Amino acid sequence: MQEFIEFTLGGLSDGMIYAAVGLSLVLIWRGTRVVNYAQGGMAMFTSYIALIVINAGASYWLAFAVALVSGLVLGAVLERVVVRPTAGKPPLNAVIVTIGLLILIEGVAGIIYGSKNRSFPAAYSIVGAKVGNFALGAGSSPSAIFTAASVLGAAVLLAVLFRFTPIGLRMRASAFSATVAQLMGVRVGRMTTLGWALAGLIGALAGMLVTPQTFLYPNSMDSIFVLGFTAAVIGGLDSPVGAIVGGLILGVLLNYVTGYVGSNLPELAGLAVLVLVLMFRPSGLFASTATRQV
Amino acid sequence: MTLARHAGIAIVAGVVLLALSSKLDSFRQYQLAQVAATVIAVAGLTVLIGISGQLSVGHGAFMFIGGYATALIVMHLKWPLVAAIVASAFVAGVAGAIMGVAAARLRGPYLAGATLMLAVALPAVAFQWQTAFGGDQGLDFTVTTPGFLGASFQLTEWDAWVCCVCALIVLVMLANLLRSRVGRNWRALRDNDTAAALAGLNVGQLRVRAFIVSAACAGVSGSLLAVTMLNVTPGAFTLALSIQLLTAVVLGGLGSLAGAIWGGIILVLVPPFLTNTAASHGFSAGSASVPIVGYGLVLIVVMLVFPAGIQGGIRRLFGLAGPTAAGHVSAIGRRWQFAWKPAGGRSAAGNPAGYGTAGDQIAAREAAGKNGVTEEGTP
Repeated sequence: MQEFIEFTLGGLSDGMIYAAVGLSLVLIWRGTRVVNYAQGGMAMFTSYIALIVINAGASYWLAFAVALVSGLVLGAVLERVVVRPTAGKPPLNAVIVTIGLLILIEGVAGIIYGSKNRSFPAAYSIVGAKVGNFALGAGSSPSAIFTAASVLGAAVLLAVLFRFTPIGLRMRASAFSATVAQLMGVRVGRMTTLGWALAGLIGALAGMLVTPQTFLYPNSMDSIFVLGFTAAVIGGLDSPVGAIVGGLILGVLLNYVTGYVGSNLPELAGLAVLVLVLMFRPSGLFASTATRQV
Repeated sequence: MTLARHAGIAIVAGVVLLALSSKLDSFRQYQLAQVAATVIAVAGLTVLIGISGQLSVGHGAFMFIGGYATALIVMHLKWPLVAAIVASAFVAGVAGAIMGVAAARLRGPYLAGATLMLAVALPAVAFQWQTAFGGDQGLDFTVTTPGFLGASFQLTEWDAWVCCVCALIVLVMLANLLRSRVGRNWRALRDNDTAAALAGLNVGQLRVRAFIVSAACAGVSGSLLAVTMLNVTPGAFTLALSIQLLTAVVLGGLGSLAGAIWGGIILVLVPPFLTNTAASHGFSAGSASVPIVGYGLVLIVVMLVFPAGIQGGIRRLFGLAGPTAAGHVSAIGRRWQFAWKPAGGRSAAGNPAGYGTAGDQIAAREAAGKNGVTEEGTP
């Protein structure tokens, strides 16, 4: 029983990270119909920037803010400079460009920072809570609670932005139909850039939250990205709620498999879940439309 | 006729390569073998992506299967090399069939996600069943040169021979397949699957077949790479390998077998070249990262400036007709696609060699109408 609670809480905490990465992918997919394979690399890079700020003697929270802002800027710049020219080309072009970006970012990080593992501070203690003699595991630590709170907070803020603000309305209109939105006077290009910027911010948040567990090196976000992508695909790439639910399902399930079955198997379990879900729902659990554009 | 022509070209190329291989030192022979082995995987992937229109971000997984199959067969069953290679292709093909069945309903990013996860997940098998697969250390095995070549014959030269001959055989088979009914059906499917289904093609079965062919190619490639290195480790078949295959397909020229040869050459020869150049210019600290940066830059620039890849550039240079699948879209088509971005991004109409099936015609017409592309084809 104790193990079960420990694995569940740990899974929810991991799942929040996958959800954050998934959420950033969904933001970009809705706006531009592009899967940003560089998302993990961008998050890795902003974490390095945060580490530099910390090593310079600044407070953790200043570094945190710097990472988020640099994620925002990085997302906007990359969209404007590299991704925009692929608009209207076959989708594979955008895939290759974002993969190229990933390789480029990881290479630049390797040149600047070297490839050795660096430890990275967490915002709060990672020691799990106890109820009497009943240890709840790392999933109940202040750090895990902070992770969950900040990811959910970011999701709620995004929902408010999209639902209740004029900018959000414009972004939804651009995603729904770029042409019509353009005819109504929406600057669709700017909305796209804003979407990428927000995704960069959420990705940077995920990087700050997960890096204390993974250490920091040029490929540190690769597996997190793959799992976040899997979470978004399970949920349905169109749906922010789907990304969060997909992330939590995946996180909990992988923790059960690691805990009960074998520590080498989480990736295989992830593959099995993904294939099973997609067999019955080829567009994910929360796909908004059943029909596919031909 | 085509069969004879393809076979003729392959025989000439084979003789040239065999003559060449005896002139090379053993490191160059090793590289030649690696290029030939890589070309096979890239060619298989270009058939899947460029011709049948399905994206795979995880083809390294099938190379993993081929490599381990060869190692296990050679170690335990002691089959001759050729039999081991063929059996590895078969095993990888079966795996491709399973993945193809799972993937047949998936589109675009969903298919990418599933194949990506496959590439990440499969190497874990080697860690989970250590006794059979050797864990992190992988499996070591030995291959000897056949007796009739004499005792002094270099193993690297023999490897180069085997890899080149296999690559040529696979390329000839693929070239003929693409000119056949199956190849035309794949193109119809790629350009418009609804129209292809309306024309009576079994869309699901065609998709699975493309996966089988392409996975079998990757299996041969993995098998040959294992033979040249005389071991297999999970570390040799990472996600990075899968992504490199994808980039080689695109850099070479999507949907073109000649492009696959370019892609294989780039993949094997350019990274060490860049590392050496970087090291000789005093970039020692980050010299391992310099080729990575160059590689990323090349990908982005090629995609933005020459989306049709090297082979597309060569075709344009020499005025050879025949648009590849990678976005040979007329100006009108591009504008049209931009206006309809969510639905857009479809590949332009391909260039079926002959309009053999009804599916081809409908698909081509449909695609032409959708994209505003007028057919620009070979005469």
